[in-house]
Amino acid sequence: MNAIEILGLEKSYLIGFWVKRPKRALHPLHLTVEDGEIFGFLGPNGAGKTTTLKLLMGLVFPTAGSARILGREWTDPEVKAQIGFLPEQPYFYDHLTAHELLNYYAQLSGVPGKERSRRVEAMLQRVGLPDVKGVQLRKFSKGMLQRVGIAQAILHDPKVVFFDEPMSGLDPMGRREVRDLMEQLKHEGKTVFFSTHILSDAEALCDRVAIIHKGELRGIGAVEDLTSSVQGKVEVIWKGTQVPASLKALGAECHVTGDTVRAIINENQQDAAIDALRRERLRLIAIIPVRTSLEAYFVEKLQHAETTAGRTA
Amino acid sequence: MKARVVHIASNTFREAVRDRVLYNLIAFAVLLSGAAILVGQISIDIEKLVVINLGLTAVSLFGIVIAIFIGIGLVSKEIEKRTLYTVLSRPVRRWEFIVGKFFGLAGTLVVNTFFMAIGVFAALFYVSHKFVRADALILVALYFIVLEFLIICSLALLFSSFSSPLLSAVFAFSLFVIGSFAEDLRGFAGMTHGFTRWLVTGAAYLVPNFSAFNVIGSIAHEQPVAAQLIWHNTLYALFYATMALSGAVLIFEHRNLK
Repeated sequence: MNAIEILGLEKSYLIGFWVKRPKRALHPLHLTVEDGEIFGFLGPNGAGKTTTLKLLMGLVFPTAGSARILGREWTDPEVKAQIGFLPEQPYFYDHLTAHELLNYYAQLSGVPGKERSRRVEAMLQRVGLPDVKGVQLRKFSKGMLQRVGIAQAILHDPKVVFFDEPMSGLDPMGRREVRDLMEQLKHEGKTVFFSTHILSDAEALCDRVAIIHKGELRGIGAVEDLTSSVQGKVEVIWKGTQVPASLKALGAECHVTGDTVRAIINENQQDAAIDALRRERLRLIAIIPVRTSLEAYFVEKLQHAETTAGRTA
Repeated sequence: MKARVVHIASNTFREAVRDRVLYNLIAFAVLLSGAAILVGQISIDIEKLVVINLGLTAVSLFGIVIAIFIGIGLVSKEIEKRTLYTVLSRPVRRWEFIVGKFFGLAGTLVVNTFFMAIGVFAALFYVSHKFVRADALILVALYFIVLEFLIICSLALLFSSFSSPLLSAVFAFSLFVIGSFAEDLRGFAGMTHGFTRWLVTGAAYLVPNFSAFNVIGSIAHEQPVAAQLIWHNTLYALFYATMALSGAVLIFEHRNLK
């Protein structure tokens, strides 16, 4: 079953003071996200990621198109009870404490009164803020606010969670914790849709990703598929600091790091390289096929889009 | 549905209280006790008249300033700070948000007025050393002041739903001033002719008629208020506030939150 179906959602804004002209923020977008997957929505700043999320949350209205979440119209209030949303750089009512804020959101989400207090405590524990009782949000750091934002998004046990740049403002430990939390959510059977421009996060977490640039979808697929195209090269890694002359003769690009050497050679030179290492009595550690990284795929898609746009112009 | 409106209203009330809005009560208390002591010393036989006039006018002005300055930011501030995103992404309808905000602000003003009313009666007791039956009329004036607040709150919300806080403040305050002279405007309309008459009459009936709510002078002179006026003002305030609130909902329902 599809958790999210985006059916040609499109958004144009009218800009200009006297003469209004439309500016397209999002070209018709068609996208499906399967139940229980972690889906990464990638793109550079200003690509249309936040616009798409705002459209799905009903914060802005589409120029055309529609969407379905959990099989129902996305504007249906019943659907909203089953989704969670973390906006980019969240800001909350700073006169409230984290407990009061989460309690308020739990009330609005229809969490039963008896469960509320327990749920709030558990959520603060889960996002690593167990000792903030009585502290108003105005005294929270950016990272702490991000944690509160994540807590409010999952507080009511939603089936689908939308995160807009969830790692922003977090230190390396915080980012790791959020990644772990997203994996936990997946294990709990929830669907996670998150936007990011940090590709390493997407590569580590996502089942599938979509790439958006200048409001247009440029590519979509499983991370494994996008990064599996072998470039006909292998990386040979061995222990030591010396590079055999015969290996240099093969035209290998070698990098020495500490007591390890990495060389990238053509796939058909693999046997010759192993022979060379054996002759020099060097200990082979690994031979790994060189695959396209998500970053390389991302850059290629963006460059392709720029070239096409240049030709059209 | 009803519960969500109540939750939004109580959060708005709590926000106002924590933003130290009720601190205005201290300024009010200082003003009124100072005035009571002063008029007690310099006025002969009109101490009560001065205290009622001054007290009720202060209740009205303090409340209107609060209604305008909180009301204008109720929606625009939430959009600007993006606190609205995490509210409207829940099963909260946009009209529930507007209505909840209205009741939250109205509640703040009612509580504020309640404490100010205690202050007015305390000052009155200080200067006259007793209460008489006619003093109960002050409650009618206070009731009319609260009705005025409802209209101002709804207008501030209406302007806040599409305009910046600064412009909203200008619009709301202008309407308050014009509305305070609505009877004069209606009288002026009767003196004009042709198209101008239509225009001025339309404007005179469109602006809120705050002059009908001002009974402070007559109550200070212990003149009774007709029951018909109480009914008329109640229905008028409810109708006007509902219309302004409906306008706010209508605009907000179609607004893109950029």
